[in-house]
Amino acid sequence: MIAYLPHTDEDIEAMLEVIGVAGIDQLFADIPRELILKEPLQIPAGLPEHEVYRRMRVLAERNRVQNVSFLGCGSYDHIIPAVVSHILSRSEFYTSYTPYQAEISQGFLQAVFEFQTMICELTGLEVANASLYDGHTAASEAAVLALNSVRRSETILYSSTLHPFTRQVLRTHFSNLPVHLEEIPSKNGTTDLVDLVAKLRPGVAGVILQSPNYLGYVEDLSGLAQDLHDNGSLLILSANPLSLGVLKPAGEWGADIAIGDTQALGLPSYFGGPSVGYITATEKLLRKMPGRIVGQSLDQEGKRAFLLTLQAREQHIKRERATSNICSNQALAALATTVYLATLGRQGIREVAEQNTQKAHYLYGRLVKETAAEPLFDRPFFNEFPIVLAKKAAEVLPRMEERGFYAGVDLNRLDPSTPEGTLAIAVTERRTREEMDAFVEALKEVLR
Amino acid sequence: MEIPKDLKYAKTHEWVRIEEDVAYIGISDYAQEELGDIVYVEMPSPEDSYDKGEEVATVESVKAASAIYTPITGTVKEINSDLESTPELINQKPYEAFIFAIRFSDASGFDELLDAQSYEKHVEQEKDSH
Repeated sequence: MIAYLPHTDEDIEAMLEVIGVAGIDQLFADIPRELILKEPLQIPAGLPEHEVYRRMRVLAERNRVQNVSFLGCGSYDHIIPAVVSHILSRSEFYTSYTPYQAEISQGFLQAVFEFQTMICELTGLEVANASLYDGHTAASEAAVLALNSVRRSETILYSSTLHPFTRQVLRTHFSNLPVHLEEIPSKNGTTDLVDLVAKLRPGVAGVILQSPNYLGYVEDLSGLAQDLHDNGSLLILSANPLSLGVLKPAGEWGADIAIGDTQALGLPSYFGGPSVGYITATEKLLRKMPGRIVGQSLDQEGKRAFLLTLQAREQHIKRERATSNICSNQALAALATTVYLATLGRQGIREVAEQNTQKAHYLYGRLVKETAAEPLFDRPFFNEFPIVLAKKAAEVLPRMEERGFYAGVDLNRLDPSTPEGTLAIAVTERRTREEMDAFVEALKEVLR
Repeated sequence: MEIPKDLKYAKTHEWVRIEEDVAYIGISDYAQEELGDIVYVEMPSPEDSYDKGEEVATVESVKAASAIYTPITGTVKEINSDLESTPELINQKPYEAFIFAIRFSDASGFDELLDAQSYEKHVEQEKDSH
């Protein structure tokens, strides 16, 4: 088998001579000896193509792809119309990275512009960027935006009901920066707003909340924006964008910044990614927005045209004074969301969101009434809810898996402060009544 | 390159016109030329207070974004709101288009500012080092 190395021994010899080095090893003299590989990597020898296929097929068959999924907590099993992958698999889209000679890629720029427009409409805010890496990093970008917009601020408050990964990303992002992060406790499954308001003081740039929160519960934010604005602080609201088909969006809560992850809109769960982060804000914050922004203009013939705009914010122009180092976006995955939203339209999003709500509440009702599982709290939720099993999740989940179900996410594993045996169960429009009924019967058996 | 004699200058290329207890601040002819076509000026809020050397405004051109620092401690008395709709005034008339005005109480902070002659020397040095 060829090694795919383009240089012959003579080439290498000639190059070493030119730079005056005796041997290849000398090039790596700076690497500590104990870190250098002393023998070849322990990997098997090459196989013929058809044998590789056979091996991979055998491995793939061990996946339980036929299992019915009730997994959620940030990544959901939704219906994705075929048109999404059809558009995505056009080479004009899937072969291009962030187009740096952007204006020649009018099609891609138009798609990004439509992404921004639809995300603004969903969240009820005025400006959006071309997307961020995922919902968790969107939270740190939002925090930076707030810190840069509120003068003499150094503190970000965030709720303990943010997704545990979001909280981890925030702590990592700010760990070596002169920024003070403070967690607001929860009370009966939602943010303790009394505690939050008591923590407001000069220097608080913003407060990050998530609704539906990581437990699935809807937060009641009535009057909160006013309290924050009176303190000169910004309200940052994270939401599963699909929930906005039935729930009040950030703009209506008076939020200044909306963030989240668009996995629920046209992206499969894969193995947890890739996904798309979104961020929208009031127009006042436009000049401090992170990332790429596509604008609409006219070309020299007066026809509608698209362009990258407001680039003076970005680090290739603003250098060390730039407020964010993201100069890319999740173009292809954001395109999936764009096609998904365009396909469903306003009415479609509403219907999908309503089905999610109704199906989740149907299953919740049956589980609470008929099984030995108890709700963690009795609170309004969208399409996922936590229930407390009488047994350990680690015991229940494999047995449900044998019966054909991914029964839910073990919340205690995700966040040790959640009681042991708490399962987050997500129900999407994809679940049928038969599947839910069979799930209830299976859980009854397993909990018996 | 125009450098009016009646103004003071900062090494960071702001010009300063002092009228009693108020300092009007803009950017020099050299600075506007270096920046190119100015498309946006981010202004401070009136009544906000700033320490000497702090970033108060940002001037954005098509190719750069530049911070404008205050040479004196004080509060923002006034901003040039004409620049919100016509930022190109800075390119056209750099010494008329002030960006913001700071009301100060201690004028000794101005000691480090340059006169026209020293500023010209400073600009020449900076050009040479490019």
